[in-house]
Amino acid sequence: MAARTAIPITIRGVSKSYGSARALDAVDLDIRSGEFLTLLGPSGSGKTTLLMVLAGFIRPDVGSVRFGEREVVRLAPHKRDIGFVFQSYALFPHMDVAGNIAFPLKLRGVPAAEVARRVEAALDTVKLGGYGARRVDELSGGQRQRVALARAIVFEPSVVLMDEPLSALDKKLREAMQIEIRQLHDRLGTTTVYVTHDQREALTMSDRIAVINGGRVAQVDTPRAIYERPADPFVADFIGESTFVRVERRGGGFECFGRALAITAAPSDPGPLSLVLRPEHLEILAPHEAADNVFEAAVQQVIYQGDTLLVHATLADGSALFARKVATRAGSVPVRGERVRFGVAAANAVLVAGERG
Amino acid sequence: MASAVAGVGTAGNARALARDARRERLAKLALALPALALITIVMLVPVAWLFGLSFLGDDGHATLAHYRRIVAEPAYWRAFVTTFQVSALTTLICIALGYPLAYVLAALPARIAAIALVFVMLPFWTSLLVRTYAWLVLLQRNGLVNALGMKLGLWGAPLTLVNNLPGTLVGMVHIMLPFFVLPLYGAMRAIDRECLKAAASLGASPTRAFLRVFLPLSLPGLVAGALIVFVLCLGFYVTPAVLGGGKVNMVSNQIAADIEIFFDWGGASAQGVVLLVLTLAILGVSARLLPRGRGAGGGAP
Repeated sequence: MAARTAIPITIRGVSKSYGSARALDAVDLDIRSGEFLTLLGPSGSGKTTLLMVLAGFIRPDVGSVRFGEREVVRLAPHKRDIGFVFQSYALFPHMDVAGNIAFPLKLRGVPAAEVARRVEAALDTVKLGGYGARRVDELSGGQRQRVALARAIVFEPSVVLMDEPLSALDKKLREAMQIEIRQLHDRLGTTTVYVTHDQREALTMSDRIAVINGGRVAQVDTPRAIYERPADPFVADFIGESTFVRVERRGGGFECFGRALAITAAPSDPGPLSLVLRPEHLEILAPHEAADNVFEAAVQQVIYQGDTLLVHATLADGSALFARKVATRAGSVPVRGERVRFGVAAANAVLVAGERG
Repeated sequence: MASAVAGVGTAGNARALARDARRERLAKLALALPALALITIVMLVPVAWLFGLSFLGDDGHATLAHYRRIVAEPAYWRAFVTTFQVSALTTLICIALGYPLAYVLAALPARIAAIALVFVMLPFWTSLLVRTYAWLVLLQRNGLVNALGMKLGLWGAPLTLVNNLPGTLVGMVHIMLPFFVLPLYGAMRAIDRECLKAAASLGASPTRAFLRVFLPLSLPGLVAGALIVFVLCLGFYVTPAVLGGGKVNMVSNQIAADIEIFFDWGGASAQGVVLLVLTLAILGVSARLLPRGRGAGGGAP
C-alpha cells in the first residue's frame, strides 16, 4: 500500500483574519515531498487554521497553496485528494468499521471485491484485522483513532493531514501511537502534515517542525536544530524548558553577570540578546571544579520526579534557574538555601536574538 | 476466616442497607403517583368504558354490530380512508417544508438558532381554534389571498381555497409543522459537523456528503417528527371540521356526528377503538423499524 507519488506543498503569502484578529499572517512554507512535517504552536497560534487551509475547510483571505504543481487554494476539499484525520475522529456513526473505511473507495467507484480487499488490508495496517463488522461506538478511543487513520489512507491520497489526532488518548497509548503513525508514514511515503501543541510529540515524530506563533512561522527545521539552535526566545521557551539570562555586549564578546561568556556561535542580530539555559545542560559543580561558563545560584527547592531531580534556584539578579539531574541513589543532593555553582559547556550556551516575552 | 463477630455485624448491616435502598426506590415511585393516578382516572377508565360500550347493542346485549357496520357501510370505512390520506398528505407536506427549515436552523450559530426557534414555536402560543378560523378568513372567496391573487392578476375569478381538501391541508400543515421541525432540529443539531468535513476530505461532493452522511444521520429525527405529525393528524377534529366544509370527513368528524346527531354511543365508541388500535399498531411497527442508538451523535469519544 504505497502512495502513488508523494508531492511537495508550497504555501505562499497565506493570510486569514477573523475581524481584527489575524489568524495567519502572510505565511510562507515549503513542505517537502514525502516528509513528515509538524505544525507546532500554542493554542491560538494559527497552526490548525493553516492545516484547515491546506484541507480546504477554511478559505484564506489571500495567498497560494500548491500541491505539487497544482494550485489548490480555490479547490473544494473533496477535489484535493487529501486524507484528513480529525481530533474528534469524525467516524460515521451510522456505518460499521468496514463501512467507514470503504466510504472513500466506494465514492471513487472501486469494484466491490477490491473494496473488500483494500479495507481488510487497511485494517491490518492499523492492527485492527477482523474488526470490520464492529460498530464504531463499540470501539475504544485508540481503536477509533486507528479506524480514522485507516479511512484516511485507504484511498492512497497524495497528502495526509492530521489535526491533533492523539490528544484525546491517555499518555501511554499516545506515545505508542506516535511511533505507529510515524512508522505508517515511513511505509506509505506520503507527504504528511501533522498539527500538535505537544512539543515532545513533535520532536518524536517529525522530519521537520514548523513552529507557529501569532499566525507566523517562527522557525522551520529538524527537531534537533529547533531544540539546540532555537531562532528566537519564543521557540526556545516553547520547545523544552529554558531559563533565559540577559546578555551584555562587551567589546567583541558577550558578558553575563560580569563574566565573559564562552560560546561557539552568536547571532548576527545587533539587537538585545538572551542566553538560553536548558535544565539538562546545567551541571552542579563540585567546589573547585571548572566549567566553560559558571553561574552561581541559591537553591530554592529540589523536586523529586522519579527519573530526575529538578533543582529550582535563583540567580544573582533574582531570576529563576532550573537544572535537571539524573536521580541516582548515590551522589549528593543540594539542599534548600545552599549556594551552588552551575556549569554550562560552551557548546550548550545558546544565544538567541531578542528578549523573552 | 474473619472473626465471626465481624461477620454477623456486616450481615445485619447489609439487610439495613438493602432496606434503605428499597425505601428510596419507593419514595421515587411516590413522586410519579399523582400523575399516574390522573392518567388512570381521565384516560384509562374512559377508554375502558368506551371499549365496553363499543360491544353493547341498543338492547343492552353484547354485539359486534358496531364493528360490522364500520366494515360494511361505505360512509364509515371511507372516513378511515380519508383520515389516513389526509394524515399522510399533511405529513408529506410537513417533510417537504420542514426538512429544509430544520436544516437551515441547525446550521445557524446556536444563539441565532434559539431566536429563530422562537418563531417556529410562535404558533403554539395561539389557540388552535383561532389559527384555524384565521385561515378561514384568509382563504375564503373574498378573503385576503383571493383579493391579492386577483389584484396581481394571477387569477381572474375568486378560487375555492377553503371548505375543501386543499384548505384543510393548509390549516393542518400550519399547525403540525412545529411538531415536525422540533425533533428533526434536535437530531440535526446532534450530528457531528466534523463528519461532513470528513466526508468531503474523503472525496464526497456536498450532494453526496448530504445523501450518504447527513441524511442517514438525520433520519431518526425525521421519522420521529413524521410519526408525531401522522399520529396527531389521525385524531384531528377542529381543523377539518372548520376548513373542510363538510367535504373532508375524517373519523373524528364522523364520531362527533354520530354522537351529536344520532346519539349512537356504541358506533362512535367502536370507531374510536378501531382508530386507537390502528394508531397503536403504527407506533408499534415504526418503533421496531426505527434504528436504535445508531442515530446522531456518538462521533466523539
